[in-house]
Amino acid sequence: MTDALLEVNGLRTVFDTRAGTVCAVDGVDATVRRGECLGVVGESGSGKSVTFASVMGLVRPPGRIEAGRILFEGRDLRALSPRQMRAIRGRDIAMTMQDALTALNPALTVGEQMAEMMEAHDESLPASRGARRRAIAERSAEMLGLVGIPSAGERLRQYPHEFSGGMRQRIMIAIALASRPKLLIADEPTTALDVTIQAQVLELITDIRAELGMSVVLITHDLGVVAEHCDRVMVMYAGQVVETGPTADVIGAPRHPYTKGLLASIPRLALRGQRIRPIEGQVPELIDLPPQCRFYSRCPERGPECLRPVEMHDAGEGREARCVRVVPEMVS
Amino acid sequence: MTGSAPLLEVDKLVKEYRGGRRLADRLTGRPETVVRAVTGVSLSIARGEIVGLIGESGCGKSTLGRSILRLHEPTSGRVTFDGTDVTALAAPAMKAMRRRMQIIFQDPYASLNPRRTVGEIVGLPLRLHGLARSPAEVRDLVAAMIEKVGLKSAHLDRYPHQFSGGQRQRIGIARALVSHPEFIVCDEPVSALDVSIQAQIIQLLTDLKSEMGLTYLFISHDISVIGYLSDRVAVMYLGELVEFGPVEDVLARPRHPYTQSLMSAVPEVDRPGHRHRVRLEGDLPSPLAPPPGCRFHTRCPFATDICRREAPRTETVGPGHTAACHRLSENLSLLDEEQA
Amino acid sequence: MSATEEIIAAGPAEPARETPFRRNMRAFAANPLALGSAVVVGLFILMAIFAPLVAPHDPADTDLLRRLQPPAWLPGGDWAHPLGCDALGRDILSRIIYGARVSIFIGAAVVLVATTIGILAGLAAGYLRGWVDVAISRFVDILLGFPYLIFAIGLMAMMGPGLGNIILALVYKEWVIPCRVVRGETLAARELEYVEAARAIGASRGYIMLREILPNILSPVIVVSTIRMAHVIILEASLSFLGLGVQPPTASWGAMVADGRAFILQAWWVSTFPGVAILLLVLAINVASQGLRDAFDPRFHE
Repeated sequence: MTDALLEVNGLRTVFDTRAGTVCAVDGVDATVRRGECLGVVGESGSGKSVTFASVMGLVRPPGRIEAGRILFEGRDLRALSPRQMRAIRGRDIAMTMQDALTALNPALTVGEQMAEMMEAHDESLPASRGARRRAIAERSAEMLGLVGIPSAGERLRQYPHEFSGGMRQRIMIAIALASRPKLLIADEPTTALDVTIQAQVLELITDIRAELGMSVVLITHDLGVVAEHCDRVMVMYAGQVVETGPTADVIGAPRHPYTKGLLASIPRLALRGQRIRPIEGQVPELIDLPPQCRFYSRCPERGPECLRPVEMHDAGEGREARCVRVVPEMVS
Repeated sequence: MTGSAPLLEVDKLVKEYRGGRRLADRLTGRPETVVRAVTGVSLSIARGEIVGLIGESGCGKSTLGRSILRLHEPTSGRVTFDGTDVTALAAPAMKAMRRRMQIIFQDPYASLNPRRTVGEIVGLPLRLHGLARSPAEVRDLVAAMIEKVGLKSAHLDRYPHQFSGGQRQRIGIARALVSHPEFIVCDEPVSALDVSIQAQIIQLLTDLKSEMGLTYLFISHDISVIGYLSDRVAVMYLGELVEFGPVEDVLARPRHPYTQSLMSAVPEVDRPGHRHRVRLEGDLPSPLAPPPGCRFHTRCPFATDICRREAPRTETVGPGHTAACHRLSENLSLLDEEQA
Repeated sequence: MSATEEIIAAGPAEPARETPFRRNMRAFAANPLALGSAVVVGLFILMAIFAPLVAPHDPADTDLLRRLQPPAWLPGGDWAHPLGCDALGRDILSRIIYGARVSIFIGAAVVLVATTIGILAGLAAGYLRGWVDVAISRFVDILLGFPYLIFAIGLMAMMGPGLGNIILALVYKEWVIPCRVVRGETLAARELEYVEAARAIGASRGYIMLREILPNILSPVIVVSTIRMAHVIILEASLSFLGLGVQPPTASWGAMVADGRAFILQAWWVSTFPGVAILLLVLAINVASQGLRDAFDPRFHE
């Protein structure tokens, strides 16, 4: 309890569309502890990105947060004014986006964007102008160096389009880190990147986490990435958390049929010649869902007891799963 | 693989894109910009085989696939399909050949014309090649194909936007297979899909392969997918084939440092954390100005002087296993013993 | 297995997702100003079609007793000729109603012919590339170098007046505009995978251009064409004003404005009412096409 940096309780985020109200995030509980890396896994439409966009206060109409509490260091972020929220965003919590090219301002140099970030959030900067500018330039170069960009001094004067995709992703991380946040939310930081570059970026995040002692939320669809970089994992499906626990345990012995299916779906050299067993069917549309287990229609283990709303059940050793089969006495 | 003649043979295929010279460029004597996307790739594919083609974005793997089908006209080199020189075919003969060689695309959204119904999209190859005698027969054949890929014939009158990504990919597969081709270029067919849908499509493609006797060139950036599916695998870097051979050999005992670094970069769920990771420095060089000598030398931890000066020759390193590296004889490896 | 079947058979849970075109039209209808303007344009077109039924008098009937008769609400006017009469005693309202026929017919004909030519040339340039593109694009550049009106005046002077010649003189340059739009859209569309898929199947170039690409790039062309219609109507009026357009006694708004010039101080209504008609129609077309453009531009959808 005491070591929780971020605590999300009963978060419900909906989008009003003409077809009806889409419940993108439905009753999500999540905890990020100090210094840990939490992996958030799910397919498109699982609500993994929307959950953390909600935490950042970045949900815009037609979307809205309908219910829930978001506690950051004990303060309820939903109760804050937009101005207070802006101050937290960037300074205490930073977020990097999947698409670095569109997330960076094409009209400003990288150095200008980093300076902007620090000016806005860093009170420790010296008051006098000259000293302030020097401090910012120094810190910016240091940050670019930290993310592995050589000759940082010159690179600061370049524009985003002059960098390659991997470089831009690193720059976005550098900007996010410029204010030394306590929590970094990285939304699919490597999806758009090639494997060799992906490995560089992920290791960078892991190294910096150790160095700055910050917490990281790594949103991804790649269980391999989670297995190698995250302490704990949270699997999401159709707007709900279906399984949480220490990464090695969850991946080694998944309790929820969806997690099992996901793991069985990954093709591997070791599985050559064997049939992979894909999860049948597709993710349900998030409108007017029946009050039953959301994985019901695709679940190979389904039974009549799954036709009512399913809670998260304690599966021991810090694990939880949203499946009645975790609790033997519930299965008739 | 077998002693019989390969179904497809690619011989020193080159594809260049010219930037074009404007009047101003000619007056100032500026040379034309030439991107050499594929620089002399040779490979062969046996009937019934799956050859995986792997590489990072910009390495020319998609260009190679499209040049084989002459969707992009090769600059030089030869493609022989079932004994016929495809690159030399005139338009009418090429059109007839297209029935036998097809392609499945990456993007399930861009690859289907939004204004055509599924029935029209899948029926087009039949109509173009006169493979059905009547509109009723077109419809029957299309319905049969659509059901084969796991959709319903009731879907024929719907438009692509009414389907999910995985379903659309199934429509693209039906379009490619409806004319009963023998050879398919699968250009990253599962890269845009979610994990669970990806597995469905991979399963469908392998089932259809054995059912219809297909041969695939399977292009992907995902080693896991290639490793699962392919019989042989070709690794491309900056327009060149750096390693080629049976998948068990190439992925289990990669000889080229680039293949080794690719292998070590893939995060896997099976053995997290037990691995010494190779960190490749820097990014892919621009194909506009590829480095001299071995193209990989700017990022290779083993690069020496000769690598910077001379392009390596392709050498045989095992049965059916070739690689292009100056230091093959030294048996260097970036990977741990445990991984090999 | 049966679960898969069930889900796939059910399809996406949102089967009634509308086509982009219908969504655009709904966005257009939600803009009251644009919708109102479209209604005004529609009224003008109806007026032109049913001119013999709507017009109170024969537009060519002269009555020298009613020379320069003022509009009905001014002294000397009467409700038989609500907008008054011109120098030959012809009913101005009737001439405006008949004049709409000329303006709208020429506007529509020029835009239709020019758009057809422009689409074909633009598709060829954008899809075939190579020397076809160079030839068409250079020709387009050369035509764009001439001032439009002076170009048309020159052509009219060479060919002589007449309805067919006006259309020809305007089409000569008008096709350039849809051509450039179509070329740009085609350049983007030819790289799309569905076009490549059609090539891979063995579809001919003509089939790909007309059946695969054209239907998908038609929306911006339609928007541009409606905007251009307003320009063409003004150009036609300008030519008629200069006496190079439709010849008397056929009523044309441009010629009517010109006729009234000599009496502008004694009888302002002779020039003013046809001028207002031009203004109203052109304004309505412009506002409606702006609305159309906004509705078809995806950046305006949230």
